[in-house]
Amino acid sequence: MIPAQFDYVAPSTVEEALAALAEAGDEGKIIAGGQSLLPVLRMRLNAPEKVIDLGRIDALRGVRDDGDAIVIGAMTSHADVLSNALVRDNAFVITKAVEQLADPQVRHRGTFGGALAHADPAGDLGAPALALDAEFVIAGQGGSRTVAADDFFVDLFTTAIEDGEILTEVRIPKRAGWGAHYEKFVRVAHQWPIVAVAAAVKVDGGTISEARVGLTNMGSTPLRARSVEQALVGRPATDEAVRAAAASAGEGTNPPSDLNGDADYRKHLATVLTRRAVLAAAGG
Amino acid sequence: MTVTEDAPAATKEVGKDRRRKEDQRLITGRTKWTDNIQLTGMLHAAMVRSPFAHARITSIDTSEAKAAPNVVAVLTGADLGEGQGVCINAWPITPDQKAPNHLPMPSDRVAFAGEIVAVVIARSAAEARDAAELVDVDYDELPAALDLREAAEDKVLAHPDLGTNKSALWVFDSGQAGTGGDVEEAITKARSDGIVIEREFRQQRLIPAFMEPRSVVVDPTGEQVTMWSATQIPHILRFALAATTGVPESKIRVIAPDVGGGFGGKLQTTPEEWIIWAVARRLGKPVKYTETRSESLMSGHHGRDQWQKLTMAATKDGTLTGFKVELLADLGAYVAIVGGGVPVLGAFMFNAIYKIPAYHFACQTVLTNKTWTDAYRGAGRPEATFGVERMMDELAAELGMDPLELREKNWIKHEEFPFTTVAGLEYDSGNYEAATDKAKEIFGYDELRAEQQRRRDSNDPVQLGIGISTFTEMCGLAPSRVLGSLDYGAGGWEHASVRMLATGTVEVVTGASPHGQGHETAWSQIVADRLGVPFENVEVLHGDTQISHRGLDTYGSRSLVVGGEALIKAADKVVEKARPIAAHLLEASVDDLEFKDGTFNVKGTDKGMGITEVALATFAAHNLPDGVEPSLDSDATYDPVNFSFPHGTHLCAVEIDTETGGLKMRKYTCVDDIGNIVNPLIVAGQVHGGLVQGIAQALWEEAVHDDAGTLVSASFVDYLVPTAADTISFDVAHTTSPSLTNTLGTKGVGEAGTIASTPAVVNAVVDAIRHFGVTDVRMPCTPERIYKAIHARDGGAPTEGAAAAHFDAQDTADRTDGAS
Ligand SMILES: Cc1cc2nc3c(=O)[nH]c(=O)nc-3n(C[C@H](O)[C@H](O)[C@H](O)COP(=O)(O)OP(=O)(O)OC[C@H]3O[C@@H](n4cnc5c(N)ncnc54)[C@H](O)[C@@H]3O)c2cc1C
Repeated sequence: MIPAQFDYVAPSTVEEALAALAEAGDEGKIIAGGQSLLPVLRMRLNAPEKVIDLGRIDALRGVRDDGDAIVIGAMTSHADVLSNALVRDNAFVITKAVEQLADPQVRHRGTFGGALAHADPAGDLGAPALALDAEFVIAGQGGSRTVAADDFFVDLFTTAIEDGEILTEVRIPKRAGWGAHYEKFVRVAHQWPIVAVAAAVKVDGGTISEARVGLTNMGSTPLRARSVEQALVGRPATDEAVRAAAASAGEGTNPPSDLNGDADYRKHLATVLTRRAVLAAAGG
Repeated sequence: MTVTEDAPAATKEVGKDRRRKEDQRLITGRTKWTDNIQLTGMLHAAMVRSPFAHARITSIDTSEAKAAPNVVAVLTGADLGEGQGVCINAWPITPDQKAPNHLPMPSDRVAFAGEIVAVVIARSAAEARDAAELVDVDYDELPAALDLREAAEDKVLAHPDLGTNKSALWVFDSGQAGTGGDVEEAITKARSDGIVIEREFRQQRLIPAFMEPRSVVVDPTGEQVTMWSATQIPHILRFALAATTGVPESKIRVIAPDVGGGFGGKLQTTPEEWIIWAVARRLGKPVKYTETRSESLMSGHHGRDQWQKLTMAATKDGTLTGFKVELLADLGAYVAIVGGGVPVLGAFMFNAIYKIPAYHFACQTVLTNKTWTDAYRGAGRPEATFGVERMMDELAAELGMDPLELREKNWIKHEEFPFTTVAGLEYDSGNYEAATDKAKEIFGYDELRAEQQRRRDSNDPVQLGIGISTFTEMCGLAPSRVLGSLDYGAGGWEHASVRMLATGTVEVVTGASPHGQGHETAWSQIVADRLGVPFENVEVLHGDTQISHRGLDTYGSRSLVVGGEALIKAADKVVEKARPIAAHLLEASVDDLEFKDGTFNVKGTDKGMGITEVALATFAAHNLPDGVEPSLDSDATYDPVNFSFPHGTHLCAVEIDTETGGLKMRKYTCVDDIGNIVNPLIVAGQVHGGLVQGIAQALWEEAVHDDAGTLVSASFVDYLVPTAADTISFDVAHTTSPSLTNTLGTKGVGEAGTIASTPAVVNAVVDAIRHFGVTDVRMPCTPERIYKAIHARDGGAPTEGAAAAHFDAQDTADRTDGAS
């Protein structure tokens, strides 16, 4: 599979990358790990004239502690996120999600920012980002702006990143002391989720005091299961109570139908997986 | 003349788990695959393919493509005309079989999405690909025949000129053949005083998905025109090129270099090969074409794709009295090289290991506007084994009998071999009791049944199912006379030669054509024992018609049982040729010589001579007996006297999460009787790979087309080929009843795992949830289907209605717009 011809640049700073992007206009395309973009180019579903590689911008790589939040650089590979202690300690649901994302090869190439910018509704990182109230730092020629997770995912493969902008980092408020779990349902190991649920809960004396639940592949964007979250708060972390709260997980969602299952089946899965994710999070 | 004191090779090579000698080069890729062949002045091709399943080609404008950088030629079917030859069907299953003419590149009408309409030749592959995008083809879409059952009703015609989609009806009836009774009688009787089970099963369409995409290079610049191809069948390919393109066979050289897998998918003679052949000869330059993975999935032949209507009759105590099989088999758009014959092979296997008094088999092959179908690992036997083994479980459930007991009641007892079946085959050897006993023990059958009961009693959300498959199969294709009686277009013999080199090493040439099986290792082991030479000193050559001039290639688990026997006969001839020379040099009588471990010894003396010394002396030829030719080299062509009938008992346990329909394999035990084993490691590899491929049919793989006839599962995102991460550790064991029809007592193993495992898994799935009223779950048994079977009794729902690919053109174009 051979992509159409394109020019290639690999700037070493965000400013240079933004300039290159501005210059290329409509014909420019950012490449991060290439794990989603390259298949599209090779199948000739898209043919940008200029590909701007962020791979040499060191400033975009790595995880740092920023007081009440951790900050993950957009170009940090999935593998580096997976092995990172800051992420594990403060945003365990991300660790759990990345652990099941693709295969080791893809995890070493694909990036945290690339996956989120790509905004595949079946992508594993959107639901955790939503559940954790992540903030997206987006750089443009006029400077940087910050977008809340709730506003970041706009539609199928569409985010708040505008033409000419680059996602530089993602800030995730620390949630030490919370339990978390990512429940991913697949047919084969290295597969995008048919449905997945990210749950983070705080349990005080057997009672759920706070809960955050994100759903993957239940609509054109990742979703927050707010009704479930509300129903959980103040309830005991028991199978019965969580089962009742999780029953509304599919409400208001609009999941796809494909070879892995139709929309109704996905709605049903969402309730089961939500219960399991919350119980596992509460138990851990 | 020396007294040889070499320690005799104490241990035999046959039976040793030798690491495969070819693997280092295959795994590291430091070898010749077709795609890394580079020739001076070589040009590259890209294909333009129809996006429509059925359409008239109204015009093709190649001008823009021709003007693109470094494009040498753009050719259409009209340009190539007659010279392109035709793709052949070598097995017309009935005299009146209807088959559309299959031009490699049609000029007027396309009959499936993916059919080639133009070829672009440029100086680089990238330039060819770029220019292919510029070829402008106008189509007039025609209604397409897509669904197999609808196509069989002839409402929409795949090839309007034929007037019907029905290609051939092939029938075997035991009453008429005199091999058994009348099946209708048996069914009628069972309806009144016995039991009749009627089911319809779907054998979904699969894609062979070999690792190395197909690739072809043609070099027309020598006296012989040379074609390299990633093929399983270099010899048949050469024959077919000669037969259809008018080039004398002696002017054609075909080379299959190292080939990365095939599973039947590379036993085709392909449009791509024919087009590159024609183009290279026309341009007078070497041309290469390598398909993309998408092209491979879309246009390489597919496998399976049947509807099976099965009626089984039995007495109330579970004795089988009749079995009626009615198949609809989807040929796709053309009758491929053995396309129609593949389902017909099932005729001999639906009766399996059972004593069935009355049997009827009818197979209707049907043309549709989808990718053509042909052999895929097992070819006809997996479909049959699935049908009969599923039915045995259904009958057992109906009778309330343990499904193993039901099988035992009906199978051929070990003391009844050789046994002539109701389908007319003679099974030479086997012991179903022994394999089953061993499998039950390893599996822990009784404990798992007890656990299953506990889970049922406690209404556990996770239910356990146990699936059985007591399979046999016919392989080692095939006695030429039998093939002739079936109107197959070739014989089933195999050829080998052994060349004794002067310096003590041995070259072996085989007509079988390995593409990952490990022939080089196994053949070396056999020759090492037979001639008493070191394993390392044997070189196995294959796949090039200049070296291996005779052969019928590799498929149907034939290489060892047919090709290996040819090899033994050739090696034995070497010994017989060496004997008089050794006697002469040892000054002994031929009758006083015995050959053992590589040495001719004079009986009762300590005089002897190694065969490699004889080879050197023969090379020098200074002192040979009168009238003896100075060569030990020998050939043999072996035509098998019978098929080979491996069998085995496969037991599978699965856990079903009744809340989600999710499935987890708990245990898989197989005890296969494949006769004597040449290399246990290679056998284990074949069994493991075979099992996974069969399990994949049960659980994961399906080629799905949408309403327009476009392949939806057109990438590995949607066509779910499993990886090691999806499988468990299998218990693999063997019992041994040596085959009586070849010297080594071996039986084929290349397809056994695939044939056996699919029904074992589906039987396990159904067994886990039968108490919810479920009697079938359609393959692949997706969690959705399992869930719906439990909760809505709807396990048969097709997925085609919700066909959507992960890489949908519209979505993915959007995705890239949105993200930056
Ligand atoms: C075999 C395979 C299996 C996979 N399985 C899974 C899975 O199970 N779960 C899952 O979630 N994902 C899966 N993926 C996708 C994987 O996570 C990709 O890494 C990810 O979707 C894209 O990340 P990337 O760094 O490769 O981005 P690229 O492919 O380079 O880019 C993707 C898109 O994002 C844009 N982009 C990238 N970075 C930025 C940025 N900083 N600012 C603005 N725009 C940007 C690009 O322009 C492009 O449009 C799989 C991929 C493969 C190949």
